[in-house]
Amino acid sequence: MATNMKLSELTRRDFIKGSAGLSFAVAVSGTGGLLLSSPANAQRAGSNISAWLSIASDDTITILTPGAEMGQGSMTSVPLMWAEEMDADWSRVKLDWAPADKSIYGYGSGRRRSMAIVGSRAVRSYFNIMRTAGAQVRKVLLDTAASEWGVPVSELKTEPSVVIHPSTNRKMTYGELASIAQVPESMPEVSEADFKKPVQYRLIGKSQPRYDIPAKVDGTAQFAMDVKLPGMVYASTVHSPVQGGLPLDWNKTEVEGMKGIKQTIKLPDGIAIVGDSFYNVMSARKKLNVDWDNAQARRFNSEETLDNDYAMVHADPSAASTTVFEKGDADAAFANANKVYREEFKSDYAYHAQMEPLNAIARFNEAGDHVEIWDGTQSPDRTRSNVAETLGFSEDQVAVNQCYMGGGFGRRSLGDYAAEVALIAREAKKPVKLIWTREEDIAHGMFRPQNFQCLEAALDDNGNVAGWRHCVVGDGGSLLSGGMSIDLYYKVPNQFIDRRGASHNVRLKHWRAVAHPFNIFAIEEFIDRMAVAEGIDPIAFRMNNMNITPRGRRVFEKVIDMSGWGRAPASDRALGISITERSGSLGAAVVEISLNESLGKINVHKVWMAVDGGLIVQPDAARANIESGIIYGLSSILHERVTVKEGAVEQSNYHDYQVMRMSDAPEEIHVEFVDSDEKEPTGLGEIGNPPIASAIANAFFNLTGKRLSHMPFTQDRVKNVLSA
Amino acid sequence: MVQFTLNGNPVSLDVDEETPLLWAIRDHVDLNGTKYGCGAGLCGACTVHINGRAMRSCSIKVGDVVNTSITTIEGLSPDASHPLQKAWVAEQVPQCGYCQSGQIMKAAELLAENPNPSRDEIIRHMDGNICRCGTYNRILAAIERAAMEG
Ligand code: FES
Ligand code: FES
Repeated sequence: MATNMKLSELTRRDFIKGSAGLSFAVAVSGTGGLLLSSPANAQRAGSNISAWLSIASDDTITILTPGAEMGQGSMTSVPLMWAEEMDADWSRVKLDWAPADKSIYGYGSGRRRSMAIVGSRAVRSYFNIMRTAGAQVRKVLLDTAASEWGVPVSELKTEPSVVIHPSTNRKMTYGELASIAQVPESMPEVSEADFKKPVQYRLIGKSQPRYDIPAKVDGTAQFAMDVKLPGMVYASTVHSPVQGGLPLDWNKTEVEGMKGIKQTIKLPDGIAIVGDSFYNVMSARKKLNVDWDNAQARRFNSEETLDNDYAMVHADPSAASTTVFEKGDADAAFANANKVYREEFKSDYAYHAQMEPLNAIARFNEAGDHVEIWDGTQSPDRTRSNVAETLGFSEDQVAVNQCYMGGGFGRRSLGDYAAEVALIAREAKKPVKLIWTREEDIAHGMFRPQNFQCLEAALDDNGNVAGWRHCVVGDGGSLLSGGMSIDLYYKVPNQFIDRRGASHNVRLKHWRAVAHPFNIFAIEEFIDRMAVAEGIDPIAFRMNNMNITPRGRRVFEKVIDMSGWGRAPASDRALGISITERSGSLGAAVVEISLNESLGKINVHKVWMAVDGGLIVQPDAARANIESGIIYGLSSILHERVTVKEGAVEQSNYHDYQVMRMSDAPEEIHVEFVDSDEKEPTGLGEIGNPPIASAIANAFFNLTGKRLSHMPFTQDRVKNVLSA
Repeated sequence: MVQFTLNGNPVSLDVDEETPLLWAIRDHVDLNGTKYGCGAGLCGACTVHINGRAMRSCSIKVGDVVNTSITTIEGLSPDASHPLQKAWVAEQVPQCGYCQSGQIMKAAELLAENPNPSRDEIIRHMDGNICRCGTYNRILAAIERAAMEG
């Protein structure tokens, strides 16, 4: 009934062959990608090629988008930047997924070349690639028209998908030009002067509907979960509930004798059950009994460790420390301080809880030396390399078909479950769809690390913050330290910022905005406490005593204006404010809360956020992305915590890992952009969630006179704080 | 053989009657718009209409829907023209989109019985459906728009 293979049936070769008209390919040289005028030219040059954009004679333009789509809108925004610069008629642009080949479709150079859509990178990393390619294609089309009409190219202009010679009123569409184009051997050079000025933009800055949305309201969007191949069987894996445990033995005969079960397969870290339907596989899961070798890992208890051990690591002068940022002479600033402040904070493990449980599909060829993968992935290139490595294949032996992601939030950039389905399919000798149950997705989750933080500030004789120390303690290395650097908005002259390690054998991963959520919480809550202790209005303190940058000042001023900060809210309500930086963007948020004291429940009524996001390519999609980040932040701060007991994750589904529902969402969310000095886009996917915790904690203080120091602010914790 | 009506068409499936309706629809009929989110009646991603009531297909055995009439997102309208679907596009509601079939089916039940719901009625009705991407404010706006534009 449903067509499951819409996108996957399009191989790269079909794409080139099938596109009558003009194709623009990309050849890869030592220095990176180089746009070529046709696949044929590229082939002559002996390069690794693929059509990236093609113009058909009917004026349809097809662009392969490298913007992996998890709801943030980049599958649309990335190719739209190309269409803008070539002056394409966006209503005639079709999109398809770019293949998983970072040498062609990636950004960055050398070892950093990647297709990973992580760290709010999509729009900002592809901006210059897309607009350069767009300007080059436009030049080819202009040159073609000039020679066809025998007029100087300088007399021509373009309207969407049309070249025009105004003085003779001649016009040719891009499709007409594509069928006659005499394309040069190499693409024309373009420089800054060739790019459109922002006032000339027809698409950038003007919200276009997202390309993926129609398929997401009628059930036709293809997630990996929806792929069905002929002869496909289903699998689910049970991993050791204790991280790092190894399977020793299991009730193989019993499980394999169950209805519809074909086999059980021992994997390095679990047992996979393969059967003819997912229902039968799930039934067998319930009967599976595995002996695990996990004596070592049994000891870890997350709450005990967070409560007792991390503060000791921080207090231990001989504990190993990694410097995150250093500036001036922090020790001297503290030695000469007029006053010193010090505060401690804690934060729990958090789970991505993306709506689509992890899954992937693998199909080997007859000979078993080539595998095709279907994966909704933030990093198709990483899926490809991880599958290849796991199988002992070269990357040429692996093809990856991109699918929509039912949420990513940092979890879907590894290709770990794709590698797992590849191992299973090799054993099963059939196409396999692997689905982790929700329970498995949590039990074998990869989490935002729990941590302890200590912040110290030294005030000079004028009451200005002259010295700053911030130490984070936990497991996860650099997963702990993002967002610790305040230098983008508070230029405190003397700073020492470090992290100290612990190791617990808990799987960790980037989580939306990575370490910013807990670090920004600690930083901005700390500053608020200092301001109050100094008897200075928290905004005035940030503006006057923190050496704030002009950019920081602007987002604060904007959000103050938006929220009417300074007005007296209703007597049962309070406002709180916070700032954050992330991926080149800067954002300031104000929240308005009330409190149900007997339940310990914080209600967030309104959120205002002012963002400096550089050049805003798609304002409505950008706003939607930030709204999403705000809710993600609220959800994690009010509800979400993972705990580990005896080495095993205690939560198992949405009943004990609570995420925000509609009744808890704020009544109003207002997002606005400030005029930016930045000429290029900066990241927006993760600017929404980091400032929320401290804004809530500050509002909570304004309402109750009490301070919150431990994320999340669960109802029990709030009640404890209120009664303390 | 289990027989019921699906999106107006008679269906008869040779499946174990214990199979959750969700997997019968997805894996045996190959209609994939109805999603698996939790498998435990907690998230609403699997919401379908059974005789006009929004139900969680992950928690209903296919054997229990014999002779009922079931509607999935694919059957809500032939061409995405249901007022909710149009409003969902107009408000640019979906982020990842994975929860949205369930959201729309749940909202369709509301508008069928209450064409002009208040904000509180919308929230109460929709509160069981999780959207991890946090599109709640846009869902609300879209339901209000659909109610208005009908
Ligand atoms: S999948 Fe049925 S309620 Fe979550
Ligand atoms: S749109 Fe992603 S879960 Fe709702």
